[in-house]
Amino acid sequence: MAFTFAAFSYIIALILDAFLIFFSIFHIIAFDELKTDYKNPIEQCQSLNPLVLPEYGIHAFFNILFLISGEWFSLLLNAPLLAYHINRYRTRPVMSGLGIYDPTSIMNTEVLNKCQREGWIKYSELSQCSNYYLSCG
Amino acid sequence: MEPQPSYNPTFIPPAIRHQRPPPQMTFQPPNPKQSDMSRPVIPQANEPSQNIHSSYPSSGSNAFYPAAGSTPSGLYPNAGSHVAQTQPQQQLYPTLPTSVQSSVNPSSIANHYVPNQQPGFVSSPSPVSPQHTNLQNYSNGQPQPQQAQPYQQQHIHQQYHQPQTTHSYNGYGQQGDYHGVNNLSNQMSGMSVTHQGFNKLWGTDSINLLEQKNLIPPHGIKSPEIRFQHEYMNSINCSPDIFRCTLTKIPETKNLLQKSRLPLGILIHPFKDLTQLPVIQCSTIVRCRSCRTYINPYVYFVDSKRWKCNLCSRVNDLPEEFQYDPVTKTYGDPSRRPEVKSATIEFLAPADYMVRPPQAAVYLYLLDISSAAVDTGYLKQVCDTLLEQMDLIPGDSRAQIGFIAYDSFIHFFNLAESLNQPHEQVVCDIDDIFIPCPDNLLVSLTENRSIVRHLLTQLPTRYLESSDNISALGPALQAAQKLLAPIGGRITVFQCTLPTIGPGALTNRELNLKNASKELKNALNPSTDFYKKLALDCATQYIAVDLFFINNQYVDISSISCAAKFSGGCIYHFPNYHYTNNPAQSILFEQAFQRYITRKIGFEAVMRVRCSRGLSIHTFHGNFFVRSTDLLSLPNCNPDSGFGMQVSIDESLSDFQHVCFQAALLYTSSKGERRIRVHTLCLPVVGNVNDVLNGVDQQCVMGLVAKMAVDKSLDSGLNDAREAFINVVVDVLSAYSTTQNSLPNLALIASPLLKMFPLYTHSILRSNGFRSDLQVRLDDRVHFMNQMKTLPLSTLIQSIYPDLYPIHNVANTPLALDCDEEVPDFPLIHLCSSRIEAQGVYVMDKPELIVIYVCRSISKEFCQNVLNVENYANFNELSELPELDNPLSLRIRNFINNLQMLKPHFVSVRIFREDSRERMLFVRNLVEDRGESSSSYYEFLQQLKTMVH
Repeated sequence: MAFTFAAFSYIIALILDAFLIFFSIFHIIAFDELKTDYKNPIEQCQSLNPLVLPEYGIHAFFNILFLISGEWFSLLLNAPLLAYHINRYRTRPVMSGLGIYDPTSIMNTEVLNKCQREGWIKYSELSQCSNYYLSCG
Repeated sequence: MEPQPSYNPTFIPPAIRHQRPPPQMTFQPPNPKQSDMSRPVIPQANEPSQNIHSSYPSSGSNAFYPAAGSTPSGLYPNAGSHVAQTQPQQQLYPTLPTSVQSSVNPSSIANHYVPNQQPGFVSSPSPVSPQHTNLQNYSNGQPQPQQAQPYQQQHIHQQYHQPQTTHSYNGYGQQGDYHGVNNLSNQMSGMSVTHQGFNKLWGTDSINLLEQKNLIPPHGIKSPEIRFQHEYMNSINCSPDIFRCTLTKIPETKNLLQKSRLPLGILIHPFKDLTQLPVIQCSTIVRCRSCRTYINPYVYFVDSKRWKCNLCSRVNDLPEEFQYDPVTKTYGDPSRRPEVKSATIEFLAPADYMVRPPQAAVYLYLLDISSAAVDTGYLKQVCDTLLEQMDLIPGDSRAQIGFIAYDSFIHFFNLAESLNQPHEQVVCDIDDIFIPCPDNLLVSLTENRSIVRHLLTQLPTRYLESSDNISALGPALQAAQKLLAPIGGRITVFQCTLPTIGPGALTNRELNLKNASKELKNALNPSTDFYKKLALDCATQYIAVDLFFINNQYVDISSISCAAKFSGGCIYHFPNYHYTNNPAQSILFEQAFQRYITRKIGFEAVMRVRCSRGLSIHTFHGNFFVRSTDLLSLPNCNPDSGFGMQVSIDESLSDFQHVCFQAALLYTSSKGERRIRVHTLCLPVVGNVNDVLNGVDQQCVMGLVAKMAVDKSLDSGLNDAREAFINVVVDVLSAYSTTQNSLPNLALIASPLLKMFPLYTHSILRSNGFRSDLQVRLDDRVHFMNQMKTLPLSTLIQSIYPDLYPIHNVANTPLALDCDEEVPDFPLIHLCSSRIEAQGVYVMDKPELIVIYVCRSISKEFCQNVLNVENYANFNELSELPELDNPLSLRIRNFINNLQMLKPHFVSVRIFREDSRERMLFVRNLVEDRGESSSSYYEFLQQLKTMVH
């Protein structure tokens, strides 16, 4: 396959995907720390919140590349996560700063479990996707 | 591993407040009016309506747990969806394992035979003993052979159920009230005589809610007693006033809990004023080495040198000094120690429980001096009360006090001793607030007393001329936080108008509130996170924010209250407060504020709740900041707030005979001592659903469900919360009726231990917090919800369902046995207009008000002896009972006094005629009647009946 824009977007996606996998692992570890009382929720939210928008942005960015290059199947593959991100940010708690995590509600077992599950699901989906990009690229 | 405090050998007895001991349980003679009770008497006000359904959309897709995973319904996490009307039987326990599901398949219901669903189920029918039949007849007051006969056919079926119901024999004595049993009559149609006899004997009879009109026992509902196999364990458990669990018998598995459809959780009132509290000072506090549990009465002593932890089962060494008995001053048996004899105990903590030296008591008052606030005259009342009570403010010689006033600027008061009079410093830059001088804004309460008094006498008149109607609450709070940051302490805010400038400015959201549920949901949630962030900053600096709302108009309590919610503060609300125009409210304000400044206070507190292995705390309710999975940070703790925790069962508990919860509150007393108050609650574990249902504590369930409903209405709206309430009741009733064998179509069956639960639910749905119409002001609604989260259980129940006593028969009412004075033992009655007789006088006891309602045909004798008027025609309103020298007057005054003593502070009393303008204060609380837009209790029950099964 010649070096097309599509190939370029797959290479970019592959690299950025590695970052996203790193983010999701960080996310899982962070919530595990909260669960096992290693960290204070206020500090943990302060460190997690600034990372949320960059993560969503990176994901949106290579999806735009897919859109431009007309890789419809890859776009479709990422559409659910994209929609989830948008919804998640739309329904975030009332906050003045960036981010989605609120230190007062984060220690609820339900919220903790939900966030941790979110981390694992993202991790598995992103690593599947990266394999796919590798094969396409 | 709580953080850490002081070491001071002085012994300070806990705050003592006279509490009336709980009335003794008495066996009520059979009700002579029993025959009347046997038919469904429908009071006129309660006419059943045909289309009750429309009032509650019974979609069944709702409940308080956004269930972990798929379905957003069901009462319990992971339990699937909930009972719906269309496919009754099959939807009961959709996600239960197959073995359980078999018990609810349609065929089994049709022939009333429940297949073996419990392990250890013995299927041989037990013999019908004539002796038991006699017992039944005896307790019923009259033999009823005719009623039993038409159901002979069913008795054959019922025999199979005998073993199942025998489990309920364990329920003997758990039930607070036997009175209801006597009133039962013909609803036992589906049961065999023996079954009925046993159940009546043990007080576990089911109750048909549609027919049973007298649900309230004369002395109110008590919590069920916790029973163990070993007698000695029964007596030492934590008092139900302090620590309660929704289930007094813990199901051994999660499945069993789901089958009972009951919420599992604990309610705790950790800092309650106690009359008796053992305080211990020792060099090492004995704790488990692995889970850090404090030694408690439920540990097992392996031998005289070792003990086994009852929470994690680790075997620990016992320090030498623990074998020393301080009372007899001898060595030997460790079980004589107070730690092992009392489930509530306080330790004086050694130095390793301190992260910093114990802080001094610091009080900072933030006073709203916008013109609207000054007009209410609250400043005078606050200053007068402070002047009067200044000697009683808790604290040692280090105690400090300070004042900040705010309108559109922030006014600081320099109270240096050297000054002749207080020096006011005004900061105009509210967007970037700073402290104008480093010292003397907070001054010693003992050394600078004269200048503080000077300020307090000046303040009420100082701003009378002011026309500034803006309040800069946000900047004032920021300034207060900066001022207290190095020490910690308590900020008390008096807020009267909506803060509209500076950081934390708010807008009036009530104006554009139409009947859209989404708007309402948003209005219940804070509009800004300014106050929450401020509260979190305060919490890390050991500062609590307490709020007094004395507003006439909307002040957005939902946003501002975040400042108290996450800093362990408390919230008071005095709607329509005015010093002279509203005397009832100003008396209440004065009493509440007096109590507030003089009550016990704990600083820099943390509370950790531990529970046995296999259980875990799941969600917390109350005012605090959750610092880690089981640690609550409470910058201040006060004796008037309670907490709730939802508990989940993670592992099977079948290896244990009992489980324990232990709450440890570590705080610094106002005298600068670090203390730990430990409460331990122990509960037996049971393995079948009947036992679980026979141990339910209905008031506690209501308390927990109310807290969950508040969360629900903030998350997904008021209508969802209302639906969830109904779903909980339907779930609970369905679960109970599947364990019983009565004819499902004739009755709405409830366990005697849950008989009040539908009534409480109906009342709370009509309360200011959860009613669906928008007639209630937004602030009142939000305040009610805040109260549901923090009130101790007894007050919470009283605010949902006030106590009503008929007092006109005072001459014929026996006296209470447990009081020194002559206090008549008036029975409680239902809040229903059909109970109000024309010749009666009624006392309604609400948490913030006592109402005495005088009806038109009241006897002249009562008027003359108690009200000091010739007859009803001459009687007008009173705010106090006249002190007359006759036994009737004395008894009634004693009774009212007794009610007042049970409250944290005295409340105002209103006495008025039935045709008074104030009558709505009374009539509005007759919640069993039909309201303008709400159904009556009877209609509510009929609606429930269509949804159960």
